[in-house]
Amino acid sequence: MPLDKFGIAKRISRELRDGMYVNLGIGIPTLVANYIPEGISIMIQSENGMLGMGPYPLESELDPDLINAGKETVTLLPGGAYFDSAESFGMIRAGKVDLTVLGAMEVSEKGDIANWKIPGKMVKGMGGAMDLVASARNIIVAMQHTNPKGESKLLKECSLPLTGVRCVKKIITDLAVMDITEEGFLLLERAPGVTVEEIKSKTAGRLVVKGEIPEM
Amino acid sequence: MNKVCQNAQDAMKDIRDNAVIMLGGFGLCGIPENSIHALVNTGIKNLTCISNNAGVDDFGLGLLLKTRQIKKMISSYVGENAEFERQLLQGELEVDLVPQGTLATRIQMAAMGIPAFFTPAGYGTEIAAGKETREFNGKMYLMEYALHADFAIVKAWKGDRLGNLLFRKTTRNFSTSMVKAGNISIAEVEELVEPGGLDPDQIHVPGIYVHRIFQGVKYEKRVERKTIRIAS
Repeated sequence: MPLDKFGIAKRISRELRDGMYVNLGIGIPTLVANYIPEGISIMIQSENGMLGMGPYPLESELDPDLINAGKETVTLLPGGAYFDSAESFGMIRAGKVDLTVLGAMEVSEKGDIANWKIPGKMVKGMGGAMDLVASARNIIVAMQHTNPKGESKLLKECSLPLTGVRCVKKIITDLAVMDITEEGFLLLERAPGVTVEEIKSKTAGRLVVKGEIPEM
Repeated sequence: MNKVCQNAQDAMKDIRDNAVIMLGGFGLCGIPENSIHALVNTGIKNLTCISNNAGVDDFGLGLLLKTRQIKKMISSYVGENAEFERQLLQGELEVDLVPQGTLATRIQMAAMGIPAFFTPAGYGTEIAAGKETREFNGKMYLMEYALHADFAIVKAWKGDRLGNLLFRKTTRNFSTSMVKAGNISIAEVEELVEPGGLDPDQIHVPGIYVHRIFQGVKYEKRVERKTIRIAS
């Protein structure tokens, strides 16, 4: 069975290591915070100006002066800190953020990512995505393997305008876990019950399969 | 030294048509509510507004869009506003989309008197078109220019009569850089205190950057996305 969005978030959470500073994008990446493995302590960075982001507030804790980069009301954990946008992107650009998890519309076999613009449709802007993908040391993309039309989102070359070039390191989809390598998408794991053949048929870019592929 | 204005209208009185204005805030968080209302009332037109976002239909910069006072927006993300979309698709509004970190640092560079800088953000994408590129230590960078404005308008939590400012939680966002990058910088505050009323060790923006300050009224602090958890 392909994973649902919670399953994808749960699998991504296994990439977390103790002591990491992590930026989670909007959508599936945000859900990762719900599955932080026991014994692991991380600090979540929100690029509007906070380290140590906590869960949504109780109704009684709601504070309009405290939001995340998705403009949702949130809380700050003990030991957290606030700062301004210039400082926030300074720490991102300087490589202090260990891991960025974000969604994508397309990823190429070279690690290019497109996630901000569909020509001819309303363009809302890139927000902080271009800065994050250009500078984070490790970038994991969380997405569905195919788009709503059933077309592969893992391509030889992206067809949509790029957000960043050769920056994605790992992709975790509803069907598979893959690393970006010189040879293309290296298949590491498959979702329970999903065959290598199915993953291959839904990957338009070059999929490299070496030996037995374990289930997630 | 007198920086205190009576109210928003007094602080905005010499802003004219075609002005370039920076406005602090992230979404609706930390926006200069009183100043935006006052700008709507002045009726000045053809404004270029530099702000991370463009408000929502009936609050924040959305109010200035509704009255067609904005000619151009320089922002990183503008997706929460139907009137904005309509004006953009009709060709009534110009938009310059800038990556959020590049926007913040362009403003910060203006605040620090540095004319340009290099960033990897956007290299290899369509926003790199026409920009100077350079390689440093094997990585490619784009040159981006400092971003100045005729007026910078921000909202702080507390300020004193000399313009020293203190912010609360995530309202600092673009405001602390913008207020240093305007030719004339205006701060509205929730609480205006006498000199000595703020702890000098805690001040986020020293008063030298602030030309005008006033105490705002009736802060609504509207929440854009209310998300709560239920006590378990």
